[in-house]
Amino acid sequence: MSEPIPRKVLYIDLSSKRYWVEDRLDLFEEYLGGTGVATKLLEEELPRNVDPLGPENVIVFAVGPFNALYPTASKTVAMFKSPHTGNLGESHAGGRSAVAIRLAGYGAIVIKGASDLPVWVSVHGDKVYFRDARAIWGMTSSHTVGRILREVEPGSGVRTIMRIGRAGERMISYANVITETYRHFGRLGLGAVFGSKKLKALVVSGKGSVRVVDRKAYREVYDKIFKLIVDSPLMKKYHEIGTPINVRVLNALGALPSLNLQKASIDSADAISGEYIATNYLGRRVSCAHCPVACIHLAVVREPYEEEPYFYKTTFIGYDYEPIYALGSMLGAGEARDVLRLIDLVDSYGLDAMTTGVVLAWATEALSRGIISEKDLAGVKLRWGDYNAYMKAVQYIVEQPTELYRDLARGALYAARKWGGEDFALSFGGNEMAGYHTGPAAYANFAFGARHSHLDSAGYDLDQETIGRTPEPGELVRRLYEEESWRQVLTSLVVCLFARKVYKPEVVSEALKPLGIEMSVDDLYSLGRKIYREKYRLKLREGFRPEDVSFPRRIFETPTPHGLLSPEYMEKVKLEYVRLIREVTGEGASGHHDG
Amino acid sequence: MPRLVIVDVDKCVGCMSCMFACSRRFGEGGLAKSAIHVSSIGGVERGFKVVVCRACENPPCAAVCPTNALVRREGGGVVLNPSKCVGCGNCARACPIGAVQWDYESMKPIICVHCGYCVNYCPYGVLSLSR
Repeated sequence: MSEPIPRKVLYIDLSSKRYWVEDRLDLFEEYLGGTGVATKLLEEELPRNVDPLGPENVIVFAVGPFNALYPTASKTVAMFKSPHTGNLGESHAGGRSAVAIRLAGYGAIVIKGASDLPVWVSVHGDKVYFRDARAIWGMTSSHTVGRILREVEPGSGVRTIMRIGRAGERMISYANVITETYRHFGRLGLGAVFGSKKLKALVVSGKGSVRVVDRKAYREVYDKIFKLIVDSPLMKKYHEIGTPINVRVLNALGALPSLNLQKASIDSADAISGEYIATNYLGRRVSCAHCPVACIHLAVVREPYEEEPYFYKTTFIGYDYEPIYALGSMLGAGEARDVLRLIDLVDSYGLDAMTTGVVLAWATEALSRGIISEKDLAGVKLRWGDYNAYMKAVQYIVEQPTELYRDLARGALYAARKWGGEDFALSFGGNEMAGYHTGPAAYANFAFGARHSHLDSAGYDLDQETIGRTPEPGELVRRLYEEESWRQVLTSLVVCLFARKVYKPEVVSEALKPLGIEMSVDDLYSLGRKIYREKYRLKLREGFRPEDVSFPRRIFETPTPHGLLSPEYMEKVKLEYVRLIREVTGEGASGHHDG
Repeated sequence: MPRLVIVDVDKCVGCMSCMFACSRRFGEGGLAKSAIHVSSIGGVERGFKVVVCRACENPPCAAVCPTNALVRREGGGVVLNPSKCVGCGNCARACPIGAVQWDYESMKPIICVHCGYCVNYCPYGVLSLSR
């Protein structure tokens, strides 16, 4: 039985094949779990200025006090040094990972060192096994790896199987880690860090219990939250159409990045919309562990084999708004089937869908402008909407037959710096944009969000709320900071941000009580600001300079719902952010971060 | 006596809310005390199996219990007397559908009492209490 506050940290050293457990109640008491605890563990374990793909890099997985106790507390936080940006990497995923880690008895898992031979690591309760992964290394599809591990590992139903594909093995800087086949630690290259450590997969199973201090109050608060979730509009929205409901909404707003953001809407939007896919392809909806919402949508695509009549390959493909934007509207998709097939391929290699789409969009435009040639692309003629070409290009990003593909495997900005075309490389601090050309807040969020995700401060949300009355730069930054610092609390508990409107500060405070944690709403807010501060201090330590942030010119060339963005306005936003970060962290531009 | 039944397993999304509910009957979190088990049929895309006690009229689990810790319940199924149970696991092995779960913390079987608490937490109508 676990305690109401997580406290055990499992350390795994891949170099020596040793593992040990430490009691870190101190960290969990101070920072709850998730983002807060992961930040501190990474800060402790990660030597300064190491190569993200070297054995010194460290991976932290952390869960929090709400996981396995409250509904829709379904996420695990991963932290590491990102090989994609060279700075802090933070990525969250659901599936069964959070429940499995907590019910195996842990609050966090720290992975250090690197293995000499390919391994997968299995954690079953208090036992850890290092397994020989040579036979599954180099397999074409990450889906197959998942199938094999399902067969050979115990714990069906109460386990997570995190694995990488060939992209991770080849250390493509935006390779992801896939869990339960349809969820991802998607962004910033956790898959490449796995690959650099020769870690093919991490399996965790657990079926323990968690004690609470006040049983009656626990059940009461649980029921209240469960009802709020099930009755809320979020449930309907995310369950029925899911996140792709955004395709039509953003297209109508003129905020759907299309054709490498040469446009912010696309004629074919209806044919790649959530409504259209739900009507024509949706095969099943599934849930993360302990979340009644079931927002995971799986499409069914049936393809005939050409050589044999009435013989079909039937594939289930997970889809969400972001992959549809990146691999759909950004590439000029005409219809959903093409997008789904490309999503499936990208998934089977274990590439981040968002980054891959933006990289391909950059390459398509670069080819049309003569910056790169068909020869550089190994004969692939990239054209908007030509999905056979995109399928081939994705294969080549992994196989890297030419110098250009080796560069594309490091992101749009890396390639653009070398080949030209930086103005239309839609990258922010080295990370490719999310699917929101909604206005200034979205771009401020991409550039300054502490974990480089559109979910950091939901700038896209603020933009949509303020159409026609764009806030002053100072006001904009203040509101983004407030939102982002509150979200540090949610991602330390760790609840899914889709349930943020249920887990309001008062509800969080009430739900902590039965666990024996007394925190007022004000306490929670100050904890959020503290975690934000600690995270930014770590970023500064690792060399992030807010003064150096710049925006690609393309975002100023295509009108947003707030009109054409002005570079002057965004420069003011940047100055406000620089001031905020320097103030919050107490570190001047000369910094203490160069030691 | 009421009996827990599966109405339509194809509606299951695998959220495990029923399993958490079953453990929560005792006022604790996690899954250690759940008498229900949900798992995918070889990948979530194929759907889920939801294993619950069928409340057999002539239950094989009771038949193999060496200490009579499992006694037949009126209306089907069994009731566990934990003080008599020696944790041999015969009951779990005897149930062909695997509906006798195991509590690794107490090393005793978890027996569904058909209380229907889980039904309240299935938003998709997979479970029902038949009277």
